[in-house]
Amino acid sequence: MELREKLPAHAISLTVANRPGVLVRVALVFSRRGFNIDSLVVSPAIDGDFSRMNIVARGEPRELGQMIAQLEKLVDVVAAKDHTDDDVVMRELALIKVLCSPEERSEILQLVQHFRATTVDMTESSMTIQVTGESEKIDAMTRLCSKFHMVEFIRTGKVIVARGPEAT
Amino acid sequence: MSEKLLTGAQVVVEALKREGVECIFAYPGGNAIPLFDALLDSSIDTILVRHEQGAAHAADGYARATGRPGVALVTSGPGATNTLTGIYTAHMDSVPLVVICGQTISPLLGKDAFQESDISGMSFSCVKYSYLVKSADDLPRVMREAFRIATTGRPGPVLIDLPKDVGAALCHSSFEDEVKLPGYRVPSKGDPAKIREAAALLAESKRPVILAGHGAAISGAHRQIVELAEKLQAPVVNTLLGLGTIPGTHELSLGMLGMHGTAYANMAVMNCDLIMSVGSRWDDRITGKLDEFCPNAKVIHVDIDPAEIGKIVVPDVSVVGDAKAVLEELLPLVSKLDTAAWLKQVQGWKRKYPLKYRKQGGLRVQAVVDEFYRLTKGDAVVTTDVGQHQMWAAQFYRFNRPRQLLTSGGAGTMGYGLPSAVGAAVGVKDKTVATIVGDGGLQMTQFELATAAIRKLPIKILVMDNKYLGMVRQWQDMFYSKRYSSVDMTGNPDFVKLGEAYGIKGFRIRRMADISKVLKKALAYDDGPCIVHCEVEKEDNVFPMIPAGAPYSSMLLERPKEELEKPEGGA
Repeated sequence: MELREKLPAHAISLTVANRPGVLVRVALVFSRRGFNIDSLVVSPAIDGDFSRMNIVARGEPRELGQMIAQLEKLVDVVAAKDHTDDDVVMRELALIKVLCSPEERSEILQLVQHFRATTVDMTESSMTIQVTGESEKIDAMTRLCSKFHMVEFIRTGKVIVARGPEAT
Repeated sequence: MSEKLLTGAQVVVEALKREGVECIFAYPGGNAIPLFDALLDSSIDTILVRHEQGAAHAADGYARATGRPGVALVTSGPGATNTLTGIYTAHMDSVPLVVICGQTISPLLGKDAFQESDISGMSFSCVKYSYLVKSADDLPRVMREAFRIATTGRPGPVLIDLPKDVGAALCHSSFEDEVKLPGYRVPSKGDPAKIREAAALLAESKRPVILAGHGAAISGAHRQIVELAEKLQAPVVNTLLGLGTIPGTHELSLGMLGMHGTAYANMAVMNCDLIMSVGSRWDDRITGKLDEFCPNAKVIHVDIDPAEIGKIVVPDVSVVGDAKAVLEELLPLVSKLDTAAWLKQVQGWKRKYPLKYRKQGGLRVQAVVDEFYRLTKGDAVVTTDVGQHQMWAAQFYRFNRPRQLLTSGGAGTMGYGLPSAVGAAVGVKDKTVATIVGDGGLQMTQFELATAAIRKLPIKILVMDNKYLGMVRQWQDMFYSKRYSSVDMTGNPDFVKLGEAYGIKGFRIRRMADISKVLKKALAYDDGPCIVHCEVEKEDNVFPMIPAGAPYSSMLLERPKEELEKPEGGA
């Protein structure tokens, strides 16, 4: 835990050839240098021969340039970019399942409304909330939910798109 | 269209032929039988080695000696895992290999089948690329891509994992398909603006040094290195793998730099105002303590691998590109520098601190290498193992051309010497091929004596037997109060008799006075390999030496009387 808090997080986007083993090759570049991956999102690109990867990882900033170079060196990696200081749209989605009594329910619904979240499942004793937005917003929502009995919490990890007409 | 039905294995063999492969180093097994069966119908020379590590090292030696890709073919499971040391060795030294491994049938993948190993998974971090082939129809493309990747840019090993059923399946054998490598970029010419910047920086230098590494050799930039040195009037230092990119006898050559480099090379590096690296990756064996490496020098770095730029040393100017192409662009932009005073100083160091060894007393490795150099007129292809003899070979055999010294630099793989000489002797027919090995390293892969003997490969096997693991002993002597731990090799075989068991001719040298006479006989021997068992001084140390992780200013020219601090650097 200590390591994760000390080292800054870096958001990296990759375009890769959609081939078996590419995820392992990418992950090895991080693990070999002691970078810890916080989140990793993979999805097919518009051209199905390629995939997009968004990775948030923590490690020494001075090693970041070397990391990007090593990622670009991989045969399957078409492009690798660090977005730490870029003007980009970054979004996450989280699903939060909380147990709640009828009395607690209205308080939770207020939270949902405030964060422009939605409820995606509800039972007599539980509620599942979907929240999207920047990571900080999801952190805040999670903090507020933690006073209730959260039984499950999962987030997608950051997805990144550059602002403006250019591709990321 | 040239489409007929072939088995996957036949496609592999046909693809090898199309790539111009004349020989492969191989060891069969159950899951590789279809491949070996297909080889029977081809003109490719299949060299049956005695161990898969030997196959990988032999393919590596063949590749380094000839410049053509080396090919190894092995079976699944232990056959595949046995190649890993060889693949890693090639990866560390940027050697083009294609290693084809048999695999269990594809329905059994991941089910712990007999002799199944996840060789792709195990090898990820030591290959340039790898394939697990699931359909025979992919094979023509996979084979072309494999050779393309292995041999272009910064070369390296490519592994192909081929399930037995894929090798046996009939498939469409169209070799017309394009390779599909959208993420694979091969830099060629450097950025002209960067090259102009490099020329401008060079023009200001009064005390330049050119550092030529393996990249210069791989690129075939040796003539350009010499031309640049002569045009600028700048001295050249070499990494271990860069030796031969300027003839060792050239007046501007200072030999090897770094941990066991020549004193004059290291003094030049320590005092230069500019160092220009061509195809070197600033290994820790050459930088010593990084903070104090070339403290007052501007740095130019030419490399084909962008990931090497700034990895260790941050350059003032960097050019990404093929060494030969970059130097050809650079040469017209530079002119003679005012280096007369600098060259005088460097020549002074050369005279004052020559490489030396005791000529009296017991037999010395240095003397054997020195005499072997003289008798072969500096023209032999020499492979080495790893350790003291390797450093002495680098110091005392003055290499004149690239691809002449074959040695495991990055990996430091003991056991490399003999099998790599097998590969070199298969690939090079018009030169003397020798391996200079220690008693420790030879015993790691001595099984390839059989391959050399059966094939009658004319390898001169010079065994430097001090009955110690000499380099480790040297460190224990200098830094660990002479507390020798697990370095005593007493009980070594008689290497002449060992050779006899294989039908290999043996010679022995015990005295300095016998070196020339015996080496002449060994060189004249022309019926296959021969072993020259050199019973050398048990305790001799390699100097100069910069202790690992220490600055150049800590260079030792001889063994100090007092105990030294334990080195901070690795290995």
